[in-house]
Amino acid sequence: MATRIEIGPKNNVRDPRGRHAASAARTFLQLPVTDCRTRDVYKVDILLTRKDAEMIRKAFTDPVTSRSALGRLKAPADFDWIVEIGFKPGVTDNVGRTAQSIAADLLDRRLNPDECVYTCIQYFFKGENLTREQVETITWDVLANRLIQTAQIHTRDEWEDAPEDDSVPVFRDNEDVEVRTYHLGGRDEDLMRISREGILSLSLAEMHAIRDYFRRPDILERRASLKLPEDPTDVELECIAQTWSEHCKHKIFAADVRYRDGEGNEETIRSLYKTYIQAATRSVAEKVDWLVSVFTDNAGVIRFNDRYNLVYKVETHNSPSALDPYGGAMTGIVGVNRDPMGTGIGSELLFNSWGYCLGSPFFDGHLPEGLMHPRRIRDGVHQGVIDGGNQSGIPWVRGFEKFDDRFIGKPLVFCGTLGRMPREINGKPSHEKEIRPGDLIMMAGGRIGKDGIHGATFSSEELRQESPAQAVQIGDPITQRKLYEFLMEARDLGLYRTLTDNGAGGLSSSIGEMCRMSGGAVLDLDKAPLKYPGLQPWEIFLSEAQERMSIAVAPDKREAFLALAARRDVEACDIGTFTDSGNLVLRYGGKACGCIDLEFLHDGCPRMTIEAEWTPPSPPPPTPRPSGALTGDVLKLLASLDVCSREDKSRCYDAEVKGLSVVKPFVGRESDIPSDATVCRIDYTSDEGVVISEGINPYYSDLDTYWMTASVLDEAVRRIISAGGKPGTIAGLDNFCWPDPVASDKTPDGAYKMAQLVRSNKALYDFCTAYGVPLISGKDSMKNDSTRGGRKISIPPTLLFSAIGKIDDVAKAVTMPFKRAGDDILVIGETSAELGASAYVRMRAFDQGTPEAIGGDVPRVDAETALRIYTALYDAIQNGRIRSSHTPTLGGLAVGFTLAALGGNLGAEINLGAIPTRGRMKADEVLFAESNSRFIVTCDPGNTADVLARFDGLPIAVVGRVVEEPKLTVGSQAVRLRLDRARKAFRETLRSVS
Amino acid sequence: MTRVLIITGYGLNCEAESAHAWRTAGANPALLHLNDLIADPSAMSRHQILMFIGGFSFGDHMTSGHVFAHRVAHHLRDELASFIDAGNLVLGICNGFQIMTKLGLLPAMDGQSFSQDIALMQNDCGTFRNQWVRLRFEPDSPCVFTRGLSFMDLPIRHGEGKVHVKDKALLDRMEEANCIPCRYADPATGDPARTFPQNPNGSIHAIAGVCDPTGRVFGMMPHPEAYLFREQHPQWDFGPVDGPDGSAIFRNAVEHFA
Repeated sequence: MATRIEIGPKNNVRDPRGRHAASAARTFLQLPVTDCRTRDVYKVDILLTRKDAEMIRKAFTDPVTSRSALGRLKAPADFDWIVEIGFKPGVTDNVGRTAQSIAADLLDRRLNPDECVYTCIQYFFKGENLTREQVETITWDVLANRLIQTAQIHTRDEWEDAPEDDSVPVFRDNEDVEVRTYHLGGRDEDLMRISREGILSLSLAEMHAIRDYFRRPDILERRASLKLPEDPTDVELECIAQTWSEHCKHKIFAADVRYRDGEGNEETIRSLYKTYIQAATRSVAEKVDWLVSVFTDNAGVIRFNDRYNLVYKVETHNSPSALDPYGGAMTGIVGVNRDPMGTGIGSELLFNSWGYCLGSPFFDGHLPEGLMHPRRIRDGVHQGVIDGGNQSGIPWVRGFEKFDDRFIGKPLVFCGTLGRMPREINGKPSHEKEIRPGDLIMMAGGRIGKDGIHGATFSSEELRQESPAQAVQIGDPITQRKLYEFLMEARDLGLYRTLTDNGAGGLSSSIGEMCRMSGGAVLDLDKAPLKYPGLQPWEIFLSEAQERMSIAVAPDKREAFLALAARRDVEACDIGTFTDSGNLVLRYGGKACGCIDLEFLHDGCPRMTIEAEWTPPSPPPPTPRPSGALTGDVLKLLASLDVCSREDKSRCYDAEVKGLSVVKPFVGRESDIPSDATVCRIDYTSDEGVVISEGINPYYSDLDTYWMTASVLDEAVRRIISAGGKPGTIAGLDNFCWPDPVASDKTPDGAYKMAQLVRSNKALYDFCTAYGVPLISGKDSMKNDSTRGGRKISIPPTLLFSAIGKIDDVAKAVTMPFKRAGDDILVIGETSAELGASAYVRMRAFDQGTPEAIGGDVPRVDAETALRIYTALYDAIQNGRIRSSHTPTLGGLAVGFTLAALGGNLGAEINLGAIPTRGRMKADEVLFAESNSRFIVTCDPGNTADVLARFDGLPIAVVGRVVEEPKLTVGSQAVRLRLDRARKAFRETLRSVS
Repeated sequence: MTRVLIITGYGLNCEAESAHAWRTAGANPALLHLNDLIADPSAMSRHQILMFIGGFSFGDHMTSGHVFAHRVAHHLRDELASFIDAGNLVLGICNGFQIMTKLGLLPAMDGQSFSQDIALMQNDCGTFRNQWVRLRFEPDSPCVFTRGLSFMDLPIRHGEGKVHVKDKALLDRMEEANCIPCRYADPATGDPARTFPQNPNGSIHAIAGVCDPTGRVFGMMPHPEAYLFREQHPQWDFGPVDGPDGSAIFRNAVEHFA
């Protein structure tokens, strides 16, 4: 029986959580809630004397703001309904865990694993005529998630009559440990049933390969010697399935592709990854000397200066975020933190980046059964990454949101982390990993539970109604922070050999990968610490319970390693040994329960062949706009979800912890305009800085993924140039998020989607090599479809191109706001009538009631001209000639001029005819085209001639000047826009859902 | 050289920039994990300044600073009391300030009694917030750290920074004793800020920082250690910036021992 403690704010103290719940019920659900007060409930599942219980109650309570009671605290005077929300058994309860540490301090002893504190939240709702059904709606649409939480809903009378609830959410299903075997000798239908029912996501060809492996005489002999059955055990089959999952093996990128280009040409591409991505980097590697480690580790490593390497990785966490936006996204950010942490011998974590592709938060169409409203997904995803990043003490440097209703089925949640490693640690290169036979396998950090089982195979499946709740994990940033600090300390003391993170696939993935370095491993699954009993060996092996790293420790460092872990309050234990046997051997209770040949595990997966056929789409353009003033269109674009301010949510993320920021994510006199790129120092003793940016544009994919890819790559690069970054120092990361591109009954248009993927890869190769930008890391997520409620929703093909570059002196960084009245405004780069799928054309198409009429030319990239422009602009910035620089993106020059003016609180007068264009163009085309490789810069008029000379032979022109009057004027009557109106339009849109 | 002890661990996270701030000010900072300090509490007495840094100790669960303060009070109360009695300085920034109020180190109007009198509550805006604020300092405050300062721009980064004082009488005493050395200010007028976002959390009397009557124990929500380079000011790109950077607060502390 647990001791129940209830804590609530004193009557004269505000209850922001209650207010928030009431306002959400009113605003988003239009329900008549007039008031809501809340309580925290702690269920202390520790045998306590009355005196100890009283002492713990007191210690849990803030005496200035709160009151508390053992058992029930006096209810608020006036309420109609009470909802008590707790966690389901086995779900991470971070607050409960923290409360345990107070209890342990007070009792002056370590708690046993089954002595826990569980938390709930009580909501007391007041509202006239509020029905049970309405309270249920509030509960499940605003407050809680059925996948991870439970709720008790009572009327006031019911609650008063009910006994005090002292139950605790613990797993009671104490199954016996059992290792099952699978018979693979049956028919193909039987094999596929095994794959499907086990959520293994293995294809028939793969099942055949596995069956054949287990029939090999050498394997049968080895199994007999270990007393393993001839048929594969669940531990083995699960391990192979997860190692071969799309998520881990990238089978689509490794496949043979038969590509027909729509003009009668056909080619076979052997692995998109090798042919385009790896080849591009290989080619660039011949020209740059700063690539340290690419393709091999958790994250790419590049040399920053003589002292430090930088490590950058961006991941997606889409499927978990669709099921539980908060927990899924939090796991996304703390999970990607572990990638640099597990790179080489461990990297320090400097900066986070995030980006989300979501349905409109104002979506009012029909939502398929089982999907969450995009507003709720957005709120949860933001809050998860906010809490995960802030609590980890890692500042954000870049963030974006893209909205399109094709993301209501699956949101895209990108999370990135940039780390720093001293180039050498204890006299050894820090990026090199080494494991020797005989080294111990250690696991440190969180305990193992059923969380996230099948996460890797599940994320390779489309989102179905029956998607497993177990696939959801909740991050615990504080446990991870403790683990991180401990590992950095142990690293510098030389207490371990190397490490890697436990992400998708858990131990099966981390140990499966690590043991390739020594040539084998023996793992005792029963030695791994569990959150609760009742886990089967295969579950221990596959669990994706968070905040864990696997570490190789030399036997003579064992004691020192474990002693430091204990002093830092980090759980660590030794669970096996690395060997050179060529096998991964799994044991439970000293008995073998699995043995897999490493070569088969890593190279035995049969390669797919995928058809790809390109047919260029040709959607019609919207009807031409009659000539006339464009001020209204500019205002509308500023307020559109494509352009409008993301500041309100962004301010909830810490951008400045660590004290390294130079150009922040928001700039301007009022710090309210997004910067082109972010600039940071990487340590306190040097003025060298890193410049970070990204490019993403799923809209252009509707026309041609080749130019979509060229455009996002160019966008990321030119953002870095705009801020003062140095050409030749820029590295890129590719994150592909695609709808399933493999043709099947469910995906009749697979060949087209695959062709989109091929074209994107071709562009990536073409422009990475042309720009000299190597791809140092990347990831793909290939099944971003949802078929709920009988309706298939596929995301538009999306490529996030993240980039980092270098600036030698951060004081020379340039920002986008206009700086001084009287300065000349120049436009660099040519504007073409490239309006296809632009923000302007999509807006017009929507307004006309023909949202598909987004046709037109998609923006292209002329790499040679672009590179000459970038070099010239870099030189001009280095020589102090440029006061402001901004590269226009969505909304084109019109939005670009406006944002630069808003940033400086200064107006501008622009001569429309002076803007360099390709041929004669109409005013709206000039102002709203999203042509690539362009900049809006300002300079002191005394420097204009010098700047023009630097761009000799390139498209550049003085197009106007900065003025004191806060007003943007373009042409004689094209645009007349007061900045206060522009600022209001820009800021207001998302405010109501912040 | 003035020796500064910075306590780390359990989710505190501003150790690097805080150490840099003290070095910049000419002091010698040492980082020590809370568990190591608990194992050897005498380490405290070998320093002259103790700093509780910013971060998210224990994830801010059970209200910010609560659990960390509890652990400090449980294990280090006597050492802390004698450290302060000995005439040393204690500084708390953000989560460190929250920890100090939970410990009762601030405002301690009747001497250090380790009972909590003020609380830092959730911001009125309801969320964590990162923005820059203008601070004004009270010239008559005994606070050692803010001596000679009139205004300063600094970032805030917190979800629970709204000062709530137990009762009006205590607030009056704090005002009388000049134990409110810094407040959020309206940059246009220099007056204490009443409205969001100049007053970012709804703090009563625009309180941004509190000291004890000796002026040697001080905590504030904004982050002086996050403004040590010119390029950290959000408007540095517009040319020279007015006012001192955050290092002035650390220099004042070091000069106290000069």
